[in-house]
Amino acid sequence: MSELKLMKGNEALAEALIRVGADAYFGYPITPQSEVIEYLMTERPELRTGMVVLQAESEIAAINMVYGAASTGKKVLTSSSSPGISLKLEGISYLAGAELPAVIVNVVRGGPGLGTIQPSQADYFQSVKGGGHGDYKLYVLAPASVQEMADFVEDAFDIAFKYRAPVLILSDGVIGQMMEKVYLKEQVPRLTNEELIEKYGSWAVTGKTKGRERNIITSLDLQSEKMEARVRHLMKKYEQMEQEDMRYEKIQCDDAEYLIVAYGSSARISQKTVELARKKGIKVGLLRPITLFPYPKKPLMDLTPQLKGILSVELNAGQMIEDVQLSVEFKVPVAHFGRTGGVIHTPEEILEALQQKINNTWN
Amino acid sequence: MTEEIIIAGFGGQGVLSMGKILAYSGIMQNQEVSWMPSYGPEMRGGTANVTVILSDERISSPYLRVFDTAIILNQQSMDKFEEMVRPGGTLIYDPNGIIQHPTRTDIDIFQIAANSLSIEMGNKKIFNMIVLGAFLKIRPIVLLDNVIEGLKKSLPERYHDLIPLNKQAITKGMESVTQHIVKETTVS
Repeated sequence: MSELKLMKGNEALAEALIRVGADAYFGYPITPQSEVIEYLMTERPELRTGMVVLQAESEIAAINMVYGAASTGKKVLTSSSSPGISLKLEGISYLAGAELPAVIVNVVRGGPGLGTIQPSQADYFQSVKGGGHGDYKLYVLAPASVQEMADFVEDAFDIAFKYRAPVLILSDGVIGQMMEKVYLKEQVPRLTNEELIEKYGSWAVTGKTKGRERNIITSLDLQSEKMEARVRHLMKKYEQMEQEDMRYEKIQCDDAEYLIVAYGSSARISQKTVELARKKGIKVGLLRPITLFPYPKKPLMDLTPQLKGILSVELNAGQMIEDVQLSVEFKVPVAHFGRTGGVIHTPEEILEALQQKINNTWN
Repeated sequence: MTEEIIIAGFGGQGVLSMGKILAYSGIMQNQEVSWMPSYGPEMRGGTANVTVILSDERISSPYLRVFDTAIILNQQSMDKFEEMVRPGGTLIYDPNGIIQHPTRTDIDIFQIAANSLSIEMGNKKIFNMIVLGAFLKIRPIVLLDNVIEGLKKSLPERYHDLIPLNKQAITKGMESVTQHIVKETTVS
């Protein structure tokens, strides 16, 4: 039986984290995601499940605590907002290099720099094009509702452990701060070391036992050929993610002549734009990437024969537009619309931008 | 049925919690709800607002520029949100502290003197419940019983003894709301 609640996105994520049987949360407060640690501190999960909640001295300390806990095979999550995620990126690259399962949550605010504490989606490049150093990718989930803030915690851990790789939940100030209905799943017990090994294999450093090789967690390999083999191994995982775990949602695309591509809060706002446009007789559909890596390249390409134009809508100056253009191989004109700096575009504004494109260039 | 509402006023007037109670009331009658607050520096500037949507269908955008109803509790919010009510929509406001009263003739405008009524009732904290009562009289989108259930859900149990007072305040608001007629002025 699931439980129905009215919660903020950040709170729903925190509660789901306890219920999914996580072992630890390490974090450092920053608006607009502070409710995550606030909620956990109030809920005292150490009394409910034995889960550790710790406010680190900095974001850098928190991500390195994640590295340590993940090395022992524990389910661990950290959350922050844009400037804090920048600080964590070194650790994230190490997590990817050492093949550690962990979940990182970014409730994005406007940037660059300290920027603003209002909602934004300006960390798209940072999330899907590396961010940290080296040849790695993050599996990136973009929730568009409070329900998904809760559900994606479980999904993220599933992927993280399936591939032994860090997973990013890319949210923003809108989804983190808004309240909606959320159905919460029942409490799952935390895994013991024995259950962990049975479920995911014995790669973690849980104490060497007789009869098996010691496990080493590292991202360092000074022999170039061995390091290259590591990189190739990572690339194979990313290929498998593309084949098996890409996710997206299509809304009113069947007869669409124009398409909006948007994720997270912009997808919600754009859905209203689609409603408004349809009332005016404009045949618009919405494609919402749920995973930003792997990106829904093929579903986008498959729609190209029927499309006269695509509007990529994000709360930034135009980042995802590059992936839309690459996906459709420039066969359809693609334009960007988005407000920046913490200003949130309205459904009407997006409709005006769309109509302008239709009238001036796409006909 | 979908009702898109903006509630706007000063921080401390209970704008956000009024929205939360409304959202909870919607849940009590199996509706989809969303509650999108202003946060951070917007609030520190003295104004707080929240967009509340109640609907029988899946809610698309939680963030809007056009509203069915605006509940306005200070002058700054009047300046910003009067024009965002859709034609034929509703505006409810407390005249306390309002210098420039609303002037639109294509919407229905109502007044609720919630500030002075709350002082008369001896508890300024029930201000927002008087406003909620006024709103529910004009737009009866949720049943009073469900509002009380919503209150129970959103208030910590140690405050449940205040529910009768809140109910009284809602009833007071329902009784006291009056229509505001905008006098057509001819510009010469």
